[in-house]
Amino acid sequence: MLTNTKNTEQTFKSIGTSPIRPDGVPKVTGMAQYGADYSLPGMLWAKILRSPHAHARIRSINTSKAEALPGVKAVLTSADLPAQPFDYVGPERVAVNYWHMTRNILAREKALYEGHAIAAVAATTAAIAAEAIALIEVDYEVLPHVIDVDEAMHPDAPVLFEDMITRGVEPAPTKPSNVTKRLEFKVGDLDAGFAEADEIVEMSFKTAAVHQGYIEPHSCLARYGADGQCELWSASQGHFVVRAYTAKLLGMEIGNLVVHPAEIGGGFGGKTVVYVEPIAVALSRKTGHPVKIMMSREDVFKATGPTSGGSMTVKIGVKKDGTLVAADGVFKLQAGAFPGSPVMNAAMCAFAAYIIPNVRSVGFDVVSNRPKSAAYRAPGSPISAFGVESVLDILAQKIGMDPLKLRLKNAVKAGSPTAYGPKHSHDGFAETIQVLLDHPEYNKPLGKNQGRGVASGFWFNGGGESTASIHINEDGTVVLATGSMDVGGSRASMALMAAETLGVPYASVRSTVADTASIGYNHVTGGSRVTFATGLAVVEACNKIIEQLRLRASIMWDVDVKGVVWEDGFAKPADKSVGEFEPLSLKAIAAKRAVTGGPIVTEAAVNAGGQAPGFSTQFCDVEVDPETGSVKILRFVAAQDVGRAIHPKYCEGQIHGGVVQGIGWALNEEYIYDKQGRLANAGFLDYRIPVASDLPMIEAILVEVPNPNHPYGVKGVGEANIVPPMAAIANAIQQATGKRLTELPMAPHKVLAAIDAV
Amino acid sequence: MSKQHVTTVINGDPVEFLCSANQSLLDVLRNNLNMTGSKEGCGTGDCGSCSVTLDDRLVCSCLVLGVEAEGKSIQTIEGMANGEHLHVLQQKFLEHAALQCGICTPGILIAARSLLERNPDPTEKEVRFWLAGNLCRCTGYNKIIEAVLDAARELRGA
Repeated sequence: MLTNTKNTEQTFKSIGTSPIRPDGVPKVTGMAQYGADYSLPGMLWAKILRSPHAHARIRSINTSKAEALPGVKAVLTSADLPAQPFDYVGPERVAVNYWHMTRNILAREKALYEGHAIAAVAATTAAIAAEAIALIEVDYEVLPHVIDVDEAMHPDAPVLFEDMITRGVEPAPTKPSNVTKRLEFKVGDLDAGFAEADEIVEMSFKTAAVHQGYIEPHSCLARYGADGQCELWSASQGHFVVRAYTAKLLGMEIGNLVVHPAEIGGGFGGKTVVYVEPIAVALSRKTGHPVKIMMSREDVFKATGPTSGGSMTVKIGVKKDGTLVAADGVFKLQAGAFPGSPVMNAAMCAFAAYIIPNVRSVGFDVVSNRPKSAAYRAPGSPISAFGVESVLDILAQKIGMDPLKLRLKNAVKAGSPTAYGPKHSHDGFAETIQVLLDHPEYNKPLGKNQGRGVASGFWFNGGGESTASIHINEDGTVVLATGSMDVGGSRASMALMAAETLGVPYASVRSTVADTASIGYNHVTGGSRVTFATGLAVVEACNKIIEQLRLRASIMWDVDVKGVVWEDGFAKPADKSVGEFEPLSLKAIAAKRAVTGGPIVTEAAVNAGGQAPGFSTQFCDVEVDPETGSVKILRFVAAQDVGRAIHPKYCEGQIHGGVVQGIGWALNEEYIYDKQGRLANAGFLDYRIPVASDLPMIEAILVEVPNPNHPYGVKGVGEANIVPPMAAIANAIQQATGKRLTELPMAPHKVLAAIDAV
Repeated sequence: MSKQHVTTVINGDPVEFLCSANQSLLDVLRNNLNMTGSKEGCGTGDCGSCSVTLDDRLVCSCLVLGVEAEGKSIQTIEGMANGEHLHVLQQKFLEHAALQCGICTPGILIAARSLLERNPDPTEKEVRFWLAGNLCRCTGYNKIIEAVLDAARELRGA
């Protein structure tokens, strides 16, 4: 369903249609090659030895028996990787520290979680490699471990890093702890704000660590030559970032490493980092053979992702008329074994959708003996939203106001302030609320044990660096290349924007993803940035090639280039004074390219700013089984401001997918640890993501409020949709049962306990 | 460990291979026969991305041994289209945008064809339950269900 609220006068031929994607046929015939689908002659298989302990000092590693096994070509440990300086690099929100990263690739002094990579073996077969890793002898000194975030913050908790002093605290603590960082955003006067409130609610919440759950395990193939030139086939969300991390971790020059973008079998943020790539390249370097690594599903759960679990306290004050006057939040997020949870995002996004004059948002980044957290769809925002959107629901009830109307009354618009600094750049939030208020099902009565809940969500969306190139082929067809991995149809959306700009049919544009040696830098496919930022590069490249096409036409006509215009895919004389010429198609101009300057080619690079934030508002109807505590989703309606839908079906698909991931987060998914700190549910049987029979059809409503900072009004659409579902479902369960659940997942045993509690 | 000799039929063609007694059919397809259309998402029969049919029975090829293919007939994603002509299900998946990353798509197509062979007129609920063994993390299943129902309509000539 498409709702146009503030559409401009622009009319389009290609944009807004939903053609079949360029990479569609290979993907429905089994021909598309994903990370595990590449092989080379003479290829070795690698396997990785992982720590059985949650926390242990590594006294020694003896690899001699493994090396002696026939068929084994090399064994790799952290001793083979160069030391990295301890330094946080890049903007604070996404800073990386290679001292930590190299220790996550292969453990050094300590194993910090069960599944932490210790050593790797390359052998002629996968079976021999598996046999060999069992022969590696590791002398561990098992240490006390800590899993829970609140326990990890306790002064007596086992400390993962004996020299870790909390950053962001003045004066700096003298004692090491697991708190890696404290941050705070603040505006106004909290005490004065709460003093104005007629109702104040303060509650604490917990969310579980959940995995991105992509179906394709991490896989790659590396070929390192004696000349130092290396090629890597890897399924990632950004082959330029894989190149940068891998080169850095191995001390290679970036120019010596070419990364080919294998098709990616889902990422959702979890494939923006490297795990197996540096190991495969290092083993290939050591052996002179190509090396392939395929993670098992168990390894994926134990050693990649997940996103943080969190513990938080949220306090919000409201006046009787629904005006929000003050909000205070403390968000403590599990970073996993190394610093770097998305707590900064959680703290920034928490209250970002609302105009609240007095706000404080405090975050703590906390390490514990879990895998290092990785980005997951709007990283951080869904965690804080669970608390904030639950509290808003309670406040709405207290003042007797419809929960959507409470949100609408306080919704940010362009120019509204944020607690973290910059003003909001764009509208779109109020429109998503209004469309649900007008929805025919929103006021429909519900049955016994049923409830309706609403919630909203905010995500920054992304811009950043992208490159696109255009070639006009000899026959006038178009080759479009970008360096942005296609996770869910971006080849199609790039081709649509190119076709629109050039004025040619979608089918004449061949849209591809180029390797790192064939196009300029592109940042990761993440942060909902590609359709916006890489799209900008595509439009700019098309505009540059139109200039060339006008010039070629002017040479063919022997007129001044100012006399040539580009319209609907043809060069035409600007007016009659230029002369009488038949319009020239791409084909006609391409045919004469040799005498007008040679191949018709251009590349455009951008560092895109001006991205507009994403907003989503959703309502759901649930039915709670009072005997089992099981929650059934009866209806789910998700409205999202999509800027302008370039390919509406893929926009809908993003919303469907984000909502269903949110439903899993709300009801089923969690990392469960035993007393030894070992993951008890490292497989899809016990870590249950939603299946088709769990769900109704999700109704996606595309609300179009074009982004003025993009020629076609594009906004990112990938992430805001996962922010509201957890609170929307909690709010619906409260309506159905009268009980407020404050801990995720809201699995049957917890719902039942809440129902049975007096 | 000596290898086992297996004679089977894959997508209508006679095939012979040698495999270890403990190799899964999925491993044989992907690594002995270079048929990488069947995907390994879990290796434990929980995700369905390696779905094939074995004498018309829908199975996870990661849970079948290579040697069990002896004398059987196997259908994989590589045999679903007829030359240039896509199967109706494949075409509907493209038209409905029923795939995002596409890693689950081969398995879901094989499973969906198996459903429509048994039940040419399934309800939405029947499609959802039949496909409950095939995980998709991208789509929320909406467009997959719509594509299967649309393909069923077209195959029935309705």
